[in-house]
Amino acid sequence: MSDFGLRSLHTEMESEPIRKGFGRGLLEAGKRWNNVVAACADLTDSTQMSLFAEAFPERFVEIGVAEQNLVTVGSGLAAMGKIPFVSSYAAFSPGRNWEQIRTTICLNDRPVKIVGSHAGVSVGPDGATHQMLEDLGLMRVLPNMVVIAPCDSIEAEKATVAMAQHPQPNYVRLAREATPVITTADTPFEIGPAYVLKPGQDVSLVATGTMTYHALKAAEELKRDGINAEVVHVPTLKPLDTATLVKSITRTGAVVTAEEGQINGGLGSAIAETVAEYCPAPLVRIGMPDRFGESGKPDELLAHFGLDAKHIRLAAHHALDRKGKH
Amino acid sequence: MATEKLSAIELQGIANNIREDIIRMLEHAGSGHSAGPLGLADIFTALYFDILKHDPKQPDWPERDILLLSNGHCVPVRYATMARAGYFDRDELMTLRQLGSRLQGHPERLRLSGLENTSGPLGCGLSQACGMSLAMRMDGQQGRWIYVVMGDGEQDEGNVWEAAMLAGKYKLSNIIAITDRNNIQIDGPTENVMPLESLKAKWQAFGWHVLEIDGNNIDAVIEACAMARAVTEQPVMILAYTVPGKGVDFMEYDFHWHGKPPNKEEAKKALHELRTLGGKIRSEHE
Repeated sequence: MSDFGLRSLHTEMESEPIRKGFGRGLLEAGKRWNNVVAACADLTDSTQMSLFAEAFPERFVEIGVAEQNLVTVGSGLAAMGKIPFVSSYAAFSPGRNWEQIRTTICLNDRPVKIVGSHAGVSVGPDGATHQMLEDLGLMRVLPNMVVIAPCDSIEAEKATVAMAQHPQPNYVRLAREATPVITTADTPFEIGPAYVLKPGQDVSLVATGTMTYHALKAAEELKRDGINAEVVHVPTLKPLDTATLVKSITRTGAVVTAEEGQINGGLGSAIAETVAEYCPAPLVRIGMPDRFGESGKPDELLAHFGLDAKHIRLAAHHALDRKGKH
Repeated sequence: MATEKLSAIELQGIANNIREDIIRMLEHAGSGHSAGPLGLADIFTALYFDILKHDPKQPDWPERDILLLSNGHCVPVRYATMARAGYFDRDELMTLRQLGSRLQGHPERLRLSGLENTSGPLGCGLSQACGMSLAMRMDGQQGRWIYVVMGDGEQDEGNVWEAAMLAGKYKLSNIIAITDRNNIQIDGPTENVMPLESLKAKWQAFGWHVLEIDGNNIDAVIEACAMARAVTEQPVMILAYTVPGKGVDFMEYDFHWHGKPPNKEEAKKALHELRTLGGKIRSEHE
């Protein structure tokens, strides 16, 4: 275990879907605070909201397959002092109801907690329609919105409890498939900071959500190449912890970003903006290369689209090559 | 909070003054919507001067009734009525749509106390009412009503029907929605743009109790809301048939006045007409 209470990476790591952590976190938040309520658009079990719905049926609203209504009802619940968590698949919420989120939640500044499950290509066989890749970009451009992408189920649990006390609108991104559990109960988490999970001086590997595990794995592989990579986990994409990122990138002088989403608009874009503005350095982005996914097995798809440790390692070499030429 | 009831004649006088303010505001702003606000003056007068439990000096009074304006483009009528009711000084009406004004072109809750929602993009007011009603139920709150003023054109939006279904399912009986059925929208008559009829049958089919009234008759609005409050186990939709541009002859029934303000000459003509009605707008059914 490192200073951050991380588990060491090995082949037989325990894995659990990130959404499971959300389910436990919401139940916990419901127990702690009476004003925490929940609404779902016909995916109560899939999004793991069922734990809360069973424990607090009088504080749960089944909206039906109506995502526009989901978030606008959330706005009304928040208007009366509730902290509403509203869940669906990310492809539908915020995929379908972006304007309602913009007007009735962000401009109206109501603390609605939007829970987008089943994000990324790792949704697998359901195919492109259900593999949400644009959510981080969609949510990141909205004033007042806070955007969170936990790296595993334990962090998702902490994030959910933290969201229940956060005064602003929040979006949290969850994944369907089992994701290696890399943090422990002792790993620090707050909404806002980026965390240097592994210090290094040659290149900064900046990752979010499910890709943080792959970045840590890539750092181990790079070690064998004689490269000491720093791994920065960004659970909060907005507001971005610019101070931590600029410090890391200024020191290493090269950066690779990794996310299970479109290469445009999400973490990679956020880091590119920061690097261009504050600390110019060679940058390589790992993400979906401006295309849609397709059906397949989760691991197969991640490898197919270059969203894994192997590709992060290659990207780090590219970035370092370019750093040498500067 | 209004303590004594105003007479029908007094209310009609107020509605007419509100119409004059709407004309002045829109002419001064140089943009905005004319027909809807003029047609809604009687409904807003009835709400703020008789129906609503509210306190202009304490807009956040926890026991107040809620009034949501779903079709935000009609907000000039809300501003003009709020000013008359004492929420703020009438002089401020002339800041409509100007930089730094609390009176935004479409209503922003955070800018002006007394607004309950931020609206403009259509079809969202009823959903927010549903959320508010559900929250009140969870808290065991009783005796608070949620009024939602909606347009007819906005009922093209799917979001409206998602909310209609939910309110029917959960029997949200403290929601009283009022549809401003003026038959026009930007591109023309509603029944040409996208047929809405039979609206009554549609709302009934979604589990709502439906009342139909002349929306330019203040007494009828007051009476319908009283009837609506007596309905239990169902949300209520009041289909209020109104005349768009009501009170200004050259604007009435003309969809071209949906989304534009009067110019100086037109405003002068409109104000003259409103004044010579003797402070009264009579419903044609009277």
